[in-house]
Amino acid sequence: MKEMTIEAVIGSLDSGMTIGIGGWGSRRKPMALVRAICRSPLTDLTVISHGGADVGLLCAYGKVGRVIAPFVTLDSIPLEPHFRRARQQGTVEFTEYDEGMFMFGLYAAAYRLPFLPTRAGLGSGVMRVNPSLRTVRSPYDDGEELVAMPALIMDVALVHLNRADRRGNAQYLGPDPYFDDLFAKAAGRTYVSCERLVETADLLQEGPVQSLLISRSHVTGVVEAPGGAHFTTCEPDHGRDETFQRAYAEAAGDPGAWTEFRRRFLAGDEAAYQAAVRQWREETS
Amino acid sequence: MCVVACAEAFRGDGEILAAGIGGAITVLAARLARSTFEPDLITHDGVCLLTGDVPALGEAPAEVEGWLPFRDHLWLVLNGRRHVMLGASQIDRYGNSNISCIGDWERPRAQLLGVRGAPGNTKCDPTSYWIPKHSSRVFVESVDMVSGIGYDRGAHEIRVVVTDLAVLDFATPDRRMRLRSVHPGVTVDEVTGNTGFDLVVPDEVPRTRLPDAEELRIIRDILDPHGLREREVVARPSQNGEAAPETREKGART
Repeated sequence: MKEMTIEAVIGSLDSGMTIGIGGWGSRRKPMALVRAICRSPLTDLTVISHGGADVGLLCAYGKVGRVIAPFVTLDSIPLEPHFRRARQQGTVEFTEYDEGMFMFGLYAAAYRLPFLPTRAGLGSGVMRVNPSLRTVRSPYDDGEELVAMPALIMDVALVHLNRADRRGNAQYLGPDPYFDDLFAKAAGRTYVSCERLVETADLLQEGPVQSLLISRSHVTGVVEAPGGAHFTTCEPDHGRDETFQRAYAEAAGDPGAWTEFRRRFLAGDEAAYQAAVRQWREETS
Repeated sequence: MCVVACAEAFRGDGEILAAGIGGAITVLAARLARSTFEPDLITHDGVCLLTGDVPALGEAPAEVEGWLPFRDHLWLVLNGRRHVMLGASQIDRYGNSNISCIGDWERPRAQLLGVRGAPGNTKCDPTSYWIPKHSSRVFVESVDMVSGIGYDRGAHEIRVVVTDLAVLDFATPDRRMRLRSVHPGVTVDEVTGNTGFDLVVPDEVPRTRLPDAEELRIIRDILDPHGLREREVVARPSQNGEAAPETREKGART
C-alpha cells in the first residue's frame, strides 16, 4: 500500500529536481503538497506547470530556479502577482512555450519519445526566446518544416484528484481531467493527493470507469488531503474559494500584508492551514 | 454595436467552434452570430461543455451537445476547425500580437499571461481580435513578444480586428492592416491618431453597420440581460441608443 503523509512525500524530493505539477491555472492544483514544499528546505526546483497559484507560491518562497509553462494565471484574476514580480525582478528563469507545444512535450515524455513535431510555435517569439528549439522537416512528399517540441521530462509529478485508493489508482470527478494523467506518465515518480481515499471496490461507486484517470503503475505514493487543492477548484468536492484567492492576490501586492498572510496561513502544517482558513472564513462571513 | 461587429467576424464560418476568449463581448459575439445569421456555429460554455442551446452570459446551458476538455480544445486548435477571437495587449500592422510581457522578454517591465495558445491559434486557425480600447499603446510599430503571429510570419488567417472605434482587416496586397469601417460617431482621424503605425486608409471608409432591432432584442433581452458587455466598452449614444455607463472597466483578457 502506498499511503503516505504530506511530509514523507516532500521529504523524498531533492533540491534541483524537475517537478511537474498537475491542474490548470487556478484549477485542481495540488496545493497541500505545494504548501509543504514552501515549508521545506528544498530549493532551485524546475517547475513544469499550466501555471497558477502553485507557481506563484513557490516563486514567493524562492523555491524555483526555472518555470516551464505556457502561462501563469489565477483564471478569475488574470495575472499571478508573485510570478509577475519574480519575472520583473529577474529572480526566476522562464521557459515559455505555446499551450499546444507544451501538450506535445507532455505526450512526447509520456510516450518516451525525444520530441514530437507540431506547427504550433512556428514564426512566434517562442522560437526566439528558446534558442535551443529545433525544427524538423517532414520526410514525406510535403516536406513541411515543423517545430520539434522536446519531451518535457520530469523527475516527479504532483497531482491532486478527487478520489484514490491505497494502491495508487486515482479518479477525477470534475469536468476536466486537465493533463494529470500525462504528467503521471511523463514523470519518473508520481505522488497523488486526493480529497478522499476510498477502497478499490468503491471507486466505481464514486464515478464511471472513464473517471479512473491514473493507474497505480505510475504512482509512488498517495496522500489523503481534504481541501488539498484549496483555494483552487476541485469540483465537485468544492469550487474555487474566490474570496480567499482575492485575499491572496491582494496580500501579494504589499510586503507587510504578505508577511502577515504567510504568518497567518502558511507558517504551520497543512492541518494548521486548513484551520486558519476555517477561522478566516468565520471572521469574514 | 461592438458585439455585432465582432459577431460579423464569424459570418460564413459554418459548423466550427466559435471561441470567444476573455470577457463578455467576444462570448456574446459568438452567441449572437449563432442565434442569428450563423446557426450552425458551435459555441461553448467557457469551461468545457459545447452548448446545445445558446444560453445567456453566466447561465448554464439547458442542453449540452459535446465535451471539450482542455486537451481536446488544444487538439482542435491544431486541427483548425475553430475561429477564435482573442485579446491583445499589443498588435502591429501585420497582426502580430502580444499577451506575454511588456518590455524586454529577458526581464520584462510587466509580465502578462504568457503566450498561452496564441502561436498555435494563429498558425492553424482563423483568428480575430477584440480590442476594447483602441490606442497607440496597443497598436504599435512592433510588439515586444510575438505571441500570435501575423501575416508576415505565416499566420493562417487574421480575419478582423474590432475595436471600440473601428473594424480593421488585412485586405491589402501586402497584408498590412487596413481600416475597413469606422463606428458611427467616430472619425477616420480619431482612428489613425490612436494607431501607432500607418494604417492603410481607403478613399471611402464606410460606417460599421448598426445592430438591427432583432439583434438588439437578442442581446438585451436574451443573451446579456444584466449588461455585462458595458463593463468592457462604453456605448456611445449615437451607436445604439444605450446609455453610456460612467465607468470603463478593463475586461479580463485571459
